[in-house]
Amino acid sequence: MLPYMIKRLVSLTISLMAASLVIFFVIEVVPGDPASFMLGLNASPETVAALRDSLGLNAPAPMRYWQWITGLVQGEFGISYTYKVPVSELIADRFWVSMPLSVYALMLSTAIAFPVGVIAAARRNSPTDVSIMGVTQLGVAVPNFWFAMLLVLLFSITLRWFSAGGFPGWEAGFFACMKALTLPAIALALPQASILARVMRSSLLDTLGEDFVRTARAKGLTRRQALWRHALRNALIPVLTIIGLQFSFLLAGAIIIENVFFLPGLGRLVFQSITQRDLIVVKSVIFLLVFAVILVTFIVDVTYAIVDPRLRRARA
Amino acid sequence: MTSAFKALAFAGALAVSTALSPAAFAAKTDITVGAQLEPPNLDPTSGAAGAIDTVTYSNIFEGLTRFGPDGSINPGLAESWSISDDGKVYTFNLRKGVKFHDGTDMTADDVKFSLERIGAEESTNAQKALYADIESVEVVDPHTVKVMLSKPNGSMLFNLAWGDAVIVAPETIANNATNPVGTGAFVFKDWVQGDRVELERNADYWGEPAKLEKVTFKFISDPNAAFAAVMAGDVDAFMPFPAPENLPQFAADPRFRVIAGSTEGETILSTNNKMPPLDNPKVREAIAHAIDRQAIIDGAMFGYGTPIGTHFAPHHPSYLDLTAQSNYDPEKAKALLAEAGHPDGFKTTLKLPPPSYARRGGEIIASQLRDIGIETEISNLEWAQWLEQVFKGKDYGLTIVSHTEPFDIGIYARPDYYFQYDNPEFQKIIEDLNNTADPEERDRLVKQAQKKIADDYVNGYLFQLANTGVVNAKLQGVWENAPTQAADMTAVYWED
Repeated sequence: MLPYMIKRLVSLTISLMAASLVIFFVIEVVPGDPASFMLGLNASPETVAALRDSLGLNAPAPMRYWQWITGLVQGEFGISYTYKVPVSELIADRFWVSMPLSVYALMLSTAIAFPVGVIAAARRNSPTDVSIMGVTQLGVAVPNFWFAMLLVLLFSITLRWFSAGGFPGWEAGFFACMKALTLPAIALALPQASILARVMRSSLLDTLGEDFVRTARAKGLTRRQALWRHALRNALIPVLTIIGLQFSFLLAGAIIIENVFFLPGLGRLVFQSITQRDLIVVKSVIFLLVFAVILVTFIVDVTYAIVDPRLRRARA
Repeated sequence: MTSAFKALAFAGALAVSTALSPAAFAAKTDITVGAQLEPPNLDPTSGAAGAIDTVTYSNIFEGLTRFGPDGSINPGLAESWSISDDGKVYTFNLRKGVKFHDGTDMTADDVKFSLERIGAEESTNAQKALYADIESVEVVDPHTVKVMLSKPNGSMLFNLAWGDAVIVAPETIANNATNPVGTGAFVFKDWVQGDRVELERNADYWGEPAKLEKVTFKFISDPNAAFAAVMAGDVDAFMPFPAPENLPQFAADPRFRVIAGSTEGETILSTNNKMPPLDNPKVREAIAHAIDRQAIIDGAMFGYGTPIGTHFAPHHPSYLDLTAQSNYDPEKAKALLAEAGHPDGFKTTLKLPPPSYARRGGEIIASQLRDIGIETEISNLEWAQWLEQVFKGKDYGLTIVSHTEPFDIGIYARPDYYFQYDNPEFQKIIEDLNNTADPEERDRLVKQAQKKIADDYVNGYLFQLANTGVVNAKLQGVWENAPTQAADMTAVYWED
């Protein structure tokens, strides 16, 4: 197990370093000067120069890269050009919206997908299976922002059960916040649950056709016992991969849903900072998201090893 | 009594008691205002973003003078003033008993600090040039301040009303970006970045206290989300509303009132006066006649907007209606093009920033120009790219942008400004205007300036941007017009 972990850790570090370089230099070449953006149409060139100076934009690129990266290591992300508050503070606030939203959506999607996928596999080709496949096909096809608008139309405008968006902040209490995150989480979870259910079903069907399941049946287990005791655990690897990918996607890719529900999350922060050329925020948030994706992949890799003992021995 | 009857009686009693409870009668004292753009920070003296003024102007910060809802200049923190005969010394009498939100007194020293800070070398004030004539500021006594100018400047009282010249305190200036401390009728309470800014009534306000107890600005950038938020009652007002196509739907709903006032935004087809063949006035005149303003207002703005024939706000008393000089006449436009030596037209670029007036308007203008033989290559730019390429780099033929600063005709006197109009005659008019304080003479000069840039067809003058918004039908005291990008909440209240 240990050598396997070390190998994964080394690859994690290398990926991070490569990512930091790519992020920094891509942002270097993006057109648009933060200072002239902030000062608008009437500003004189001297004022812009004064602001560039105070933002530290005049130092050479390698030096700024070094400052950025050493800052990151120390947890020091710099000061946002536009908001004038520490980037780490901005990110922390947004993180506590995006993270719970992702976890909420992931829990919903897993809670729906697991039983649905197992039922569909257990009753293969039955009318239940066919209708589940039909509904999930639809779920995969429906764009989540459109589904989100339908939810708003029904639950906010017509029924008035939920507000159309926004986030009250954690000081307003746990339930108020969960309520605010419910519609966005449902909108995010539906397509994810559909994909996951389909993966669950096909993976389970694959394992049900394996020799060891036949052996188990031959020993006298019922179809259901064989499924629960032997097939399910073995069918989990592809499902875990998908969950890992989905979590990264939810954390980083909820930009559109965050815009539809005007939630102050990380996705919206990136979006806003890009348009305002608050490059120091863009750099740091993207790096953090890359870090999260790599970390989740690492955790998934480790989970494989726990689920499948062969992996830890083979690679060790 | 049967149990069903008991339940009914209980429900009835409950309904009556709810209806009679004082809460049901008291008018609402809080408001949630939707806005599309979140301010990057809350210090109006160090950034150009209009969203800063939306939240802070008059609500948190005040200047010596202030804009009224009709664009007039009213006394602010200065109760009165006098101007020396040579127009170079302004003596302001400050109001007494004005306190900053942190409890300290606002005195002449704060005024001196605020005005001198704008002109300082390391100043990052976006409108620094407006106050360049201020030579020195002298404290006479705690409530009197003398502002000395290097030369007369007839626009000084107007310039001092801008959000960029609000009075700040030296002790709190460092934190104004995130924790603004001003003298206004509302006190800053909280800012949840990415979501909302909360203000509370200032109990110690020097003037008439605000009627609302609490104001929340909520930032919703997506037009669909804005629509949903208004419909669901999450926000009580949304100004300006980002999607004009939704306004008729609000107008038909008795819960809402649609506002369509004027702004200071002259929307123009900016033209690079140094790029051939646009450097030829005849070509620019041809373009002016090729444009059907009403088609653009109807097509891009759903009918909201006032046609303009020069770079000046139609609601200003000195406005000259010059739209007839550049009326829609494609035949004349073709003849002018031929006269200019381009009978078969030419090709140029049309670079469009993100607002819908530019993107939608751009497509309509492109087709109108094609009718007289001018092919435009459209590229859609983000604001930052637009600033880089068009505004700074001057690498463009045509672009569409709304100039939202009030009374900004003076930009035509800056030869290095992005439309690169360099005309000494016009520069002289503006110089004279700045040196003149006499209202009648100023009126004459302003009209002359409007005429000059219309005669030279510097840009295509399209329309004055409308201040379109939607408010709850019970809300009173909301500014209909937007003389500056403010959402002044000091006089807003709920009707019973």
